[in-house]
Amino acid sequence: MNEATDLLIIGAGPAGMAAALAAASSGVHIVLLDDNPLPGGQIWRDGPQASLPSAARHLRDQLRNCANVRCHAGTRVIACAADKTLLVEDAERGWQIRYERLILCTGARELLLPFPGWTLPGVTGAGGLQALIKGGLPVRGERLVIAGSGPLLLASAATAKHQGAQVLRIAEQARFGAVAGFAGQLPRWPGKFFQSFSLFDSHYRTNTHVVEALGRERLEGVRLQQQGQTIELACDRLACGFGLIPNTQLGQALGCAVEGQALAVDAWQATTRHDHYAAGECTGFGGSELALVEGAIAGHAAVGNSAAAQQLWLRRARWQGFARALNTAFALDPRLKSLARGDTLVCRCEDVPYGELVGHENWREAKLASRCGMGACQGRVCGAALEHLFGWTPPAPRPPFSPARIETLLELEETPPS
Amino acid sequence: MPEMFLDGRPLSVANGTSVAAALALGADGCSRTSVSGQRRAPLCGMGTCQECRVLIDGRRRLACQTLCLDGMQVQTRP
Ligand SMILES: Cc1cc2nc3c(=O)[nH]c(=O)nc-3n(C[C@H](O)[C@H](O)[C@H](O)COP(=O)(O)OP(=O)(O)OC[C@H]3O[C@@H](n4cnc5c(N)ncnc54)[C@H](O)[C@@H]3O)c2cc1C
Ligand code: FES
Repeated sequence: MNEATDLLIIGAGPAGMAAALAAASSGVHIVLLDDNPLPGGQIWRDGPQASLPSAARHLRDQLRNCANVRCHAGTRVIACAADKTLLVEDAERGWQIRYERLILCTGARELLLPFPGWTLPGVTGAGGLQALIKGGLPVRGERLVIAGSGPLLLASAATAKHQGAQVLRIAEQARFGAVAGFAGQLPRWPGKFFQSFSLFDSHYRTNTHVVEALGRERLEGVRLQQQGQTIELACDRLACGFGLIPNTQLGQALGCAVEGQALAVDAWQATTRHDHYAAGECTGFGGSELALVEGAIAGHAAVGNSAAAQQLWLRRARWQGFARALNTAFALDPRLKSLARGDTLVCRCEDVPYGELVGHENWREAKLASRCGMGACQGRVCGAALEHLFGWTPPAPRPPFSPARIETLLELEETPPS
Repeated sequence: MPEMFLDGRPLSVANGTSVAAALALGADGCSRTSVSGQRRAPLCGMGTCQECRVLIDGRRRLACQTLCLDGMQVQTRP
């Protein structure tokens, strides 16, 4: 049951979908693979409590009508099996996919920083809460506090309110001047302007950050540092995220260079490895419009249609400007590095507290001494947190890239498809 | 409307509901107990943190990336 394809695309968010559509017109055989049960990525996550914009539906329908695009949902990459061959797994089976060209559209994940109480049930990521609600998590009548940084806080609050939650506070760590400066520039990107404006909320506070999640068995309240004052709010949920970080692990494992925490790409969205491209937020956080145009450029370039790719460069440059304004405005304040106490768990898989990590020189030393990052998430959460807190370079990803079944790993013994 | 079982108790949910959401619809929302004995619930909602891992029809799966299906048996870790 092994498979061979001309073009393999990893990730079916805006970037991956746009890449598949752009490449499909050339007639090559394409496989589009994603670990979620439905395509759409983060922003277009579908579910019983999600409302997809018509543009997303349109893109999805167009893809469905491409006879040369095969979609594998609920499928994750486990290992590199051979040159240009990946071992993958879904709920039922494991198999190998051999490709001629690859586009990485693996998106971004939230930066989650440890603070006292963050392991209590009731505490989630900010985008994390939005994703869980879209999937049907009931929040009607619940009191919510949303904290951290970036426009995702407003998007998450809007989804929660739409489902009947009471949002008590949106705590943005950035200062008023930075956020106001960003908002002032928004008219340069009209779509985004209206989007952010309609999401504005009177409970929004700048220069405010989480200090501690309170509760014994589950979350009961939160302590915030709000514009110089300490306040406590009783609440049922705390959603806390400090911005997005690119998912570079698979690209790194395939030998693609990383630059400033993102996969490095050239004007054609080509990585440093021949025949391997990358697009969307794995090349840097910039929003769905940038992901769409980068995906389309990568799709055209990967099938040799340079003219069509080049036509999109101007549009990409425009949205890169938006990304720069966004990343400057929501830069993280250094005081967020001192939220964890000695007994605050940093590695949630192996329950390693902050106190056991301070004093080590680097990630490797800390890991050998404490098992930090050796659990199921393989350092995806604590590795990113420690990179932010201590400047430690996270470990190079090792297969299996996510926990896999023994039967799947046995597939590595199979001769790869020719 | 899939009808499933959460820790042996029947639960029916709307089409397209994630198992992570079902944990909160049918019980206290928790998925597992950590190595030092803390109760944990889904955190990232997107397949990164692995806090939501449960047994689904006998296999270890991520609750946030699995949709509820008719007859599905979900077991949290006490
Ligand atoms: C939780 C969350 C919520 C967000 N909500 C909003 C919002 O409301 N509004 C907004 O403007 N922006 C939102 N964003 C920002 C959003 O990420 C971008 O605007 C846009 O979705 C980026 O598109 P992308 O295609 O680059 O990546 P993504 O949309 O992140 O898509 C990447 C896809 O690849 C899959 N994937 C990654 N690695 C693998 C692998 N190894 N194997 C298989 N599949 C893999 C992921 O599961 C995902 O489905 C959100 C981001 C996050 C993290
Ligand atoms: S909630 Fe993080 S992996 Fe499911």
